[in-house]
Amino acid sequence: MASFLPFEIIAAVRFLREGVVQTFLIIIGVAVGVSVIVFMSALLNGVQGNILSRVLSTQAQVVIMPAKDVNRPILQVADAKVLRVIQSRTQRQVNVDQWRKLQASLARMAGVDVVSPMASGPVLIVRGATTRSVSFTGIEPEQYYHFIDIPGDIVAGTSRITGQDILIGKDLAEDLGLRVSDKILVRSSTGASVTLTISGIFDLGNKGFNQRIVIALLSTAQNLLAMVGNVTTIDITLHDPYTANDIADTLAAVHNVEADSWIRTNAQFFSAMRTQNISFGAIRASVAVSIILGIASVLVVSVVQRSREIGILRAMGASQGQMMRVFLVQGGIVGFIGSVLGSLLARGFTILWTMLAVNPDGTPFFNISISSNLYVITALLATICGVLAASVPALRASRLDPVVAIRG
Amino acid sequence: MVEQLLSLRGICKSYNVGTSAETEVLNAIDLSLEKGEFCALIGPSGSGKSTLLNIIGLLDRPTKGALTIEGRDTLTLDDKALTHLRSTSIGFVFQYHHLLSAFTALENVMMPILVQRGFPNGAMHERAEELLERVGLARWKDNNAMNMSGGQQQRVAIARSLANRPALILADEPTGNLDTKSADGVFELMRDVNKAQGTSFLIVTHNMALAKRCDRIIEVIDGRIAAPGTDPELA
Repeated sequence: MASFLPFEIIAAVRFLREGVVQTFLIIIGVAVGVSVIVFMSALLNGVQGNILSRVLSTQAQVVIMPAKDVNRPILQVADAKVLRVIQSRTQRQVNVDQWRKLQASLARMAGVDVVSPMASGPVLIVRGATTRSVSFTGIEPEQYYHFIDIPGDIVAGTSRITGQDILIGKDLAEDLGLRVSDKILVRSSTGASVTLTISGIFDLGNKGFNQRIVIALLSTAQNLLAMVGNVTTIDITLHDPYTANDIADTLAAVHNVEADSWIRTNAQFFSAMRTQNISFGAIRASVAVSIILGIASVLVVSVVQRSREIGILRAMGASQGQMMRVFLVQGGIVGFIGSVLGSLLARGFTILWTMLAVNPDGTPFFNISISSNLYVITALLATICGVLAASVPALRASRLDPVVAIRG
Repeated sequence: MVEQLLSLRGICKSYNVGTSAETEVLNAIDLSLEKGEFCALIGPSGSGKSTLLNIIGLLDRPTKGALTIEGRDTLTLDDKALTHLRSTSIGFVFQYHHLLSAFTALENVMMPILVQRGFPNGAMHERAEELLERVGLARWKDNNAMNMSGGQQQRVAIARSLANRPALILADEPTGNLDTKSADGVFELMRDVNKAQGTSFLIVTHNMALAKRCDRIIEVIDGRIAAPGTDPELA
């Protein structure tokens, strides 16, 4: 008997050890349940993280645009009903007003990570007799590359650009038969044109983007699109992407601009994620309930089997509280050991998944990992579930009449 | 002057009180036990001996009457206080010894002290070894209690009942499940403890030969204490 352990733990461990087959089976049951929960959590986090990173790799989290022009009806008659039809205005304002001042102010704002101005507009890419309509995007690379990882997406050439260079997407390059160092003619809607050299070809993992977006320096775009010194949007990345709605609302209210958050522009994606989370939550709850019922049923049987021993211990002076704790500790031990084994099992599943679920080039579909936090939380929750599961049998054990229990 | 250890006044015990199935098991029991007394409690099956023993052992409460142990009125005590008094003042020996199968002989003997103190320590280990030595089972201390003979198990149960140095040991047919030789050995062991340590014993038995070797015989018939001399077998 270890002298640092109290009676309750000593008795709980001995009782579990004595019914070793019973204990082993219930621990395996808990471990399997826990492994399902942990592995599915890791899988879901991996899937959602992967989708999220793909979504965020092609767009900013908050986009600042010029405030919309709105009509101001002149006819305002008090105490009278006015029948009127107001036609929406054409939006003439395409530039963000005083963007440098706004950029500096945004950069100082709490929660904001990177602020990147952008000038974009429609252009035609001309290659011999073939033309393609694309969005010409002028950027400041040191800011823009922070949130759109163009250097990481380059499949040919380099992401470095000068005033004479342009980056194009893989699919556009294939359509027009372009390669790095080729020159192309770019013509804007105002009739201005410029010849630029392809310094790099990127693959953003989205055919639409690869076909329709070309990237150049901000100054190049400003000159070509006839918006010298102006920008059309300011892209913002945040320390926490999920604060985008709040920050967009604040910016719109404070700076009199239009502010779109990525959460609103991807509402369907979030709805799908929410549905996924709810279904997974239901599965997780069902598994947890099964674990609790499993532990509870085994301990109820144990109380019946040990009723005489409970009676003897009560006759020796064990209090109702002590007897209760003996069984609560058993539940906790089963839950804890089950969670540790279950976490190891889940770790094995993730390794197996990483080995089996791979792309043709051998890279995994997506990264799936179990954080140390998940291990700790799982162990804690499983132990609590074990104790909760043991509460009914423990109460039953504590309330056993010693006279009846000893008689058997 | 002889000190009184136990006093029962007008103890009654009924089951299903207030219903048509009310059954009276004990009726107006008056009984005293002095410190160091070695008594036998006899009576036919169903006469109420075990119920009386359970009430004296604070495992059951009487329907009516007063029970005093070492000067403490037990009827006013709550469950916690009763449990404490039971663990410090009373030891139990049962017919089927009821050792804990998950523990060794030594650990079984330590158990009442462990339950009372909460944590094991060296002193209780020494005490348990000393008691096993006393009952002649020192070399069996690390054996699982279930792997011992009936007589040995009952000796372990006696050692266990002595662990907290109780003033009173209640034994419910301690020799009822043993052969004659073992029964005699167990009885002699209890007698030795009684003489050496002054521990009082109240022993329920059907064995008249053993009962006659006790200091006093208390007979229960139909839930009442029979007057001395009413049983011709005891003459």
